[in-house]
Amino acid sequence: MSHAVAHTQYATGRGEGGPASKRVIVGYGFWIFLLSDVIMFATLFATYAVLADSTAGGPSARQLFDTRSVALETACLLASSVTCGFASLAVERANQTWTQGLLLLTGLLGAAFLALELREFTSLVGRGAGPTRSAFLSAFFTLVGCHGVHITAGLLWLGTMMAQFLAKGFREDIRHRYLCFSLFWHALDIVWVAIFNLVYLVGINL
Amino acid sequence: MNHSVENGEVLDRGPSDTAAHADLRGGIRSYCLGLALAVILTAASFWAARTHLIYGPAVPMAIAVFAFAQMGIHLVFFLHITTGPDNTNNVLALAFGVLITLLIIFGSIWIMANLDHNMAHALEHMPPM
Repeated sequence: MSHAVAHTQYATGRGEGGPASKRVIVGYGFWIFLLSDVIMFATLFATYAVLADSTAGGPSARQLFDTRSVALETACLLASSVTCGFASLAVERANQTWTQGLLLLTGLLGAAFLALELREFTSLVGRGAGPTRSAFLSAFFTLVGCHGVHITAGLLWLGTMMAQFLAKGFREDIRHRYLCFSLFWHALDIVWVAIFNLVYLVGINL
Repeated sequence: MNHSVENGEVLDRGPSDTAAHADLRGGIRSYCLGLALAVILTAASFWAARTHLIYGPAVPMAIAVFAFAQMGIHLVFFLHITTGPDNTNNVLALAFGVLITLLIIFGSIWIMANLDHNMAHALEHMPPM
C-alpha cells in the first residue's frame, strides 16, 4: 500500500525508468544554454568567414599568425580540459585534496592560455594590426576576443567553485554547479578547436 | 511513511548517479583515451597546415575534417554526449544546435559571396564619378 502511495507522490513525469535525476535535468538545462552560446559563436564565425579577405590593403592572416604561439595555446587549453575532467572524478569521490589540486591546475593552464592570447593581441596591435585596421582584423578580434572573455569568466567561476567546495563541502547542489562548470569549460575547448583550425591554420593557408 | 520517503529518495536518483560511482580507473582511462585522440588530431591539423604532401587547395578541407573529428572526440570523451538512454534529449538538442550553426555559417557565406559577386558586377557598369 505504502508502495503505491510512494508512486503517486513521487512519480511526476514518470516514464519507463522513473523520473530523471536532478543531475540529468540540470545538465540538460545547462546544455541548452551552451548550445545557444555556440550559436552566438557561429554568428561570429560566419562574420569572420565573410570578412576574412577584406584586409583593406592591410596585413593578411598569412602574414600575421604565429603557429607556434597557437600550438602552445592549444596545448594549454587541451591540458586544462583534461585536468578539469580528472577533477570531476575527484568531485564524484568527494576528495578535497585532489579536487582542489586539479582545479588549481586547470585554472593555471587556463590563465597561461589567456596570457599567451593577450601577448599575441598586444603584439598584433603593436605591429599596427589592431581591430581598427581592417574588417578582417575587426572580425578576428571579435571572434577570438569573445572566446577569451568566456575563458576569463570561466576562470572566475572556477575560483568560485574551489571556494565553495572548501567552504560548503561536496553538497549535492555544489556538485551540480560543478557539473555545469565542467560542461562550460569543455565546450569552450570545442570552440577553441574550431578557432585554431578554421581561423589560424586555414588562415595561413589561404 | 518512512518507506515512502525512502522510496522517494531512491526515485530521485537517476542512472547517471550510479554511473558516476563507476570505477576510477575506467574514468581516468576514458579521459586519457580522449586526450590521446585529441592530441593526434591536433597534430594532424598542424601537420596538414605545413605539409606539401597534400594538394594545396585541398588543405583547408583536410583541416576542417580534422577539426570536426576532434570536436566529436571532445563531445564523446569530455562532455560525455553518448547514445545512452538518459542522453537522448542532449543528443537531440545537439543535433538542433548543429543544424542552426551550419545554417548560419554556410548560409551567410553563400549569401554574402553571391551578393559580393553581384555588387562587383554592378560596380563595373557604374558610370565613373
